[in-house]
Amino acid sequence: MKNLSGKILFLDRSDINTDEIIPAKYLTELSKEALKPYCLEDLNLPGFNPAKDVQGKGAIVTRANFGCGSSREHAPWVLEYNNINLVIAENFARIFRQNMFNCGMMCIELPPEQIDEIFRVFAGTDAFCSADPDKAVLTISNDRETREYPFHLGSFDKALVKAGGWINYADKKY
Amino acid sequence: MGKTTAQKIFDAHRVDVPEPGISVLSLDRVFCHEITTPIAINDLCARGMDRVFDPAKIKAVIDHVSPAKDSKTAEQGKVLRDWARRNHIQDFYDIGRNGVCHAIFPEKGFCRPGYTIIMGDSHTCTHSAFCCFAAGVGTTDLELGILKGVCAFHDPETIQIRVNGKLPDGVYAKDLILTIIQKLTVNGATGKVIEFCGSTIDSMSMEARMTLSNMAIEAGATSGICPADMTTVEYLWPFIKDEFKTKEDALREYSRWNADPDAEYASTLEIDASQLEPVATFGYKPDQVKPVRELAGTRVDQVYIGSCTNGRIEDLRIAAKILQGKKISPEIRAIVSPATPHIFKQALDEGIIDIFMDAGFCVTNPTCGACLGMSNGVLASGEVCASTTNRNFNGRMGKGGMVHLMSPATAAATALAGTITNSPLYHGERNA
Repeated sequence: MKNLSGKILFLDRSDINTDEIIPAKYLTELSKEALKPYCLEDLNLPGFNPAKDVQGKGAIVTRANFGCGSSREHAPWVLEYNNINLVIAENFARIFRQNMFNCGMMCIELPPEQIDEIFRVFAGTDAFCSADPDKAVLTISNDRETREYPFHLGSFDKALVKAGGWINYADKKY
Repeated sequence: MGKTTAQKIFDAHRVDVPEPGISVLSLDRVFCHEITTPIAINDLCARGMDRVFDPAKIKAVIDHVSPAKDSKTAEQGKVLRDWARRNHIQDFYDIGRNGVCHAIFPEKGFCRPGYTIIMGDSHTCTHSAFCCFAAGVGTTDLELGILKGVCAFHDPETIQIRVNGKLPDGVYAKDLILTIIQKLTVNGATGKVIEFCGSTIDSMSMEARMTLSNMAIEAGATSGICPADMTTVEYLWPFIKDEFKTKEDALREYSRWNADPDAEYASTLEIDASQLEPVATFGYKPDQVKPVRELAGTRVDQVYIGSCTNGRIEDLRIAAKILQGKKISPEIRAIVSPATPHIFKQALDEGIIDIFMDAGFCVTNPTCGACLGMSNGVLASGEVCASTTNRNFNGRMGKGGMVHLMSPATAAATALAGTITNSPLYHGERNA
């Protein structure tokens, strides 16, 4: 199973699309690893610096409809190769969400009030989070406090995370 | 209780239920292009599983960058080409015979009502114009589809979009779908299927229906299904004439996929087509839509007519009607990209290419290039493009560039004026 913990990258915007996560001009790469330097390169978010802000992070907290647009799995891959296997949002675009679980990575959906709370309490601090797929609990902490957020994880999605993705899961089954 | 089209297709293709509400479906078609497939191919090779579930059900094309623009894109083409040969995929469309995937695959008759279709491309929903469940997927879903011929989906809730009335002159399927996206918002249909119906859809050509279905994803929808009718049968007839005695037989067979009158929908959106006017996008999201008249006078640097949304013959004919005998503004440049070689030849035969060239358009070979800022019309920073494509994301057609999505008619009129303007084919309130 992939590491589902790390320092949080806060992206305070809805509708972040896959062109912003990994611009189309890099889709000519034939290896996933080659994508690594271009993570969130075109993200339209004041104050965000892709060269500095992605490094050392292990999770993203953002708003609604993350990963909309193109079907490119390069979006989860570029996160994965930057050690980010976990994205927490109000909701996700369907293809991006499926791509994450297909790679054995995880999307967590939380209600807007809880996302608000996480931004209010933890954004701007050195926040760390860890997701436990068995207990279906997300734990977020900084030097002041720790908060827990139970989330829903369907049995199929959980099986994909545990198997390390859809190919591993399906190859034995179909 | 009646069923929606999506429910009927799911019920006919379900091979497993890994969790209640999730279905693993058998696939009738797996479409492939050179951007999202090579990494799947390389992974299959690395796993020692370089095989395909059924070479006749897999179709492949080089379209996103065509011809190759550099060594990397040449490699991508080579991986796809070698794989297609190795695995005996007969329907592989190499440079010269290739077109934009969502235009060439329907043109070759690969879509049939009731089919399940996946492709590693978000605009795969285009094919649901043929009463298919067609969905864009990522590379891993594509990879497993190639290998096993199955894909997992959540059982879809369906939004019914009922469109009645006659579209006013100069108002097209593109204006309709942009208006629908504005109403639904960019994630208003996320995880859901759209099913279109109503007299407006019934009177649309397959080309117009493909424009409509193509942009279902821009509201987040998995698929945007049009019902099967005689228009569907007529389009497919050259490919199915040996399967059916008469067109009526084909219609009877295909109609069984249409939604039952008592099917249950998550919601229904009613639209009066007669009240629509030409629209265009103004921001960086496809739901930021305004009447063209409110954008009139907006300066553009480039006009682009093409793509899986609006690069078909009907689109080129409409644009040519507006451009005939006229010149584009000397302040701008304009590009037209017929979506397939067949469309290109039709446009040549009909004198449409002459009209474009005489007007001052650059005519390119069929490719997706400009739409996603890959090649054949990339914008410079600060530039603005009036485009018949489907995405206006920040930097989509080139870093720092801005895109206004619109119909081919509006794009052609804009090319002449050099600023966004309503087409002369629209007789409503003009350039207020």
